[in-house]
Amino acid sequence: MNHHEPLVLGIETSCDETGVGIVRGTTLLANTIASSMAEHARFGGVVPEVAARAHLEEIVPVINQAVATAGIRLADVDAVAVTSGPGLAGALMVGVGAAKALALALDTPIYAVNHLVGHVGADLLDTTGSGGPLEYPTIALLVSGGHTSLLLVRDLVSDVELLGETIDDAAGEAFDKVARVLGLPYPGGPEIDRAAADGDPRAIRFPRGLSLPKDMAKHRYDFSFSGLKTAVARWVEQRADAGEPVPVADVAASFREAVVDVLLTKAVAACRDYGVPRLLLGGGVVANARLRAVAIERTDAAGIALRIPPLSLCTDNGAMIAALGAQLVMAGHAPSTLSFGADSTLPVTDIQA
Amino acid sequence: MLLAIDTSAGTSVAVVDRDRGVIAERSTADTMRHAEIIGDGIREALDEAGVTPRDLSGVVAGMGPGPFTGLRVGIAAARVFALGCGKPLLPLVSHDAVAFGHYRSGGAGELLVVTDARRRELFWSAYSGCDPAGLPVRIDGPGLAKPAALDDAAFPHVARKRLDAHTVSAGDLGMLAELGHLAGRPFAANEPLYLRSPDVTVSAGPKRVGQ
Ligand SMILES: [Zn+2]
Repeated sequence: MNHHEPLVLGIETSCDETGVGIVRGTTLLANTIASSMAEHARFGGVVPEVAARAHLEEIVPVINQAVATAGIRLADVDAVAVTSGPGLAGALMVGVGAAKALALALDTPIYAVNHLVGHVGADLLDTTGSGGPLEYPTIALLVSGGHTSLLLVRDLVSDVELLGETIDDAAGEAFDKVARVLGLPYPGGPEIDRAAADGDPRAIRFPRGLSLPKDMAKHRYDFSFSGLKTAVARWVEQRADAGEPVPVADVAASFREAVVDVLLTKAVAACRDYGVPRLLLGGGVVANARLRAVAIERTDAAGIALRIPPLSLCTDNGAMIAALGAQLVMAGHAPSTLSFGADSTLPVTDIQA
Repeated sequence: MLLAIDTSAGTSVAVVDRDRGVIAERSTADTMRHAEIIGDGIREALDEAGVTPRDLSGVVAGMGPGPFTGLRVGIAAARVFALGCGKPLLPLVSHDAVAFGHYRSGGAGELLVVTDARRRELFWSAYSGCDPAGLPVRIDGPGLAKPAALDDAAFPHVARKRLDAHTVSAGDLGMLAELGHLAGRPFAANEPLYLRSPDVTVSAGPKRVGQ
């Protein structure tokens, strides 16, 4: 195998995106995604069985398309990488079964990798030049519909520490739920963003979860969005009960501000506490314009270098899995044995399964 | 020579050949660990048979019926293995392999193959017997039913000899593909046989949180 610039195909099926990416070392060759998001819309959230069925239907077409985009032959692939967790068990299993079969058919090694660490690995493929290669250590804030995690990354392939995570809903989930309360369609993120554009973020002071001094002792870097969601629902109900119109734009803007504020307050605090002047964002919620704006504002003020990969690499994708797999190959890590399974709660410290 | 994969019940992988029969088979009845087992199963079957993917002429996939999660692991593996080695995918109904095995080992006449569908339901397929080529003739099913429905006098196949299968042999599945192909029989559709809709309910809008 080429250990210098390995050609790695990565498979990602942890949630509702069937992603296949192909990289050569840190060079992105293909990032193909089929999403079942539209099928979940009428249910107001990701339905695991619907997602898993879609993965099975999409996996072969998506591999074919990625190979065509990359301009390679499958036989050229040096190693296969796959997300083994965390994520939806039934969805992960489709990718795991597919990846093992591919590695055996191509007679290549296989690397079972951690989805969250993959989000950090996505930054390595950012060739648009936001300031050279990823430097260590870095704090990473990963926010999506499935996770909200704050990581301290000392080394991508050997030393990742979980500083905190959500203790209830993921931030993206909170956007979906609040969108429903406001009568906006799924997925909620872009809808809230749009509705908030004309709103006043200071109109209503919604609670910042786990930010009180008593919470900060035990949950300094953890997040909670379920109380916020309930507070918004209650506020809207009271308005409606009183026969008053609901100011959707102000509610959306104020809710979004509460989420963004708590995310960045804790991320910047982690940078300060650990003396790490670098913050990396990842996950689909990075699409949120206000999150990006406040991130730039706060990191500028604190003298922290901010990195945000392009959105196509922030949402769940196979390229980030391939990128992490390639890093493991280049660092000389042994491949995974074939007996790994899908682990829906794989801890972030398990970079490779 | 074919690689055959079935995860509609446990996990079963085999390498078969029309002339040599079942060359290697790896099976476990474990219904919880398909994703863990599938890779080693394929590797061990290939190694024991002493063949590489290049030597194969196709990959047989048991399309079910089977409970969702496990079934998908084998179909995903078969589809992608076929893609990876550039060989055709040959889909078959898993129950047909059970019936084929039954007739091949001396069974005869009418048959009802029954497997566990979880959630207190059963999958069934009805066969009238086997044809001169030794291939099972499925006349009804696969279907999904409550256990009591299969014993009900109104069930058209209530009188058939019933075979409750807890495993599906990839060796039988593979040989069925070999002989079926030889006899010019069509393969099944390349669609997983879930026989159930994903059980989800459309949300009825937000619930009240206050009093
Ligand atoms: Zn993710």
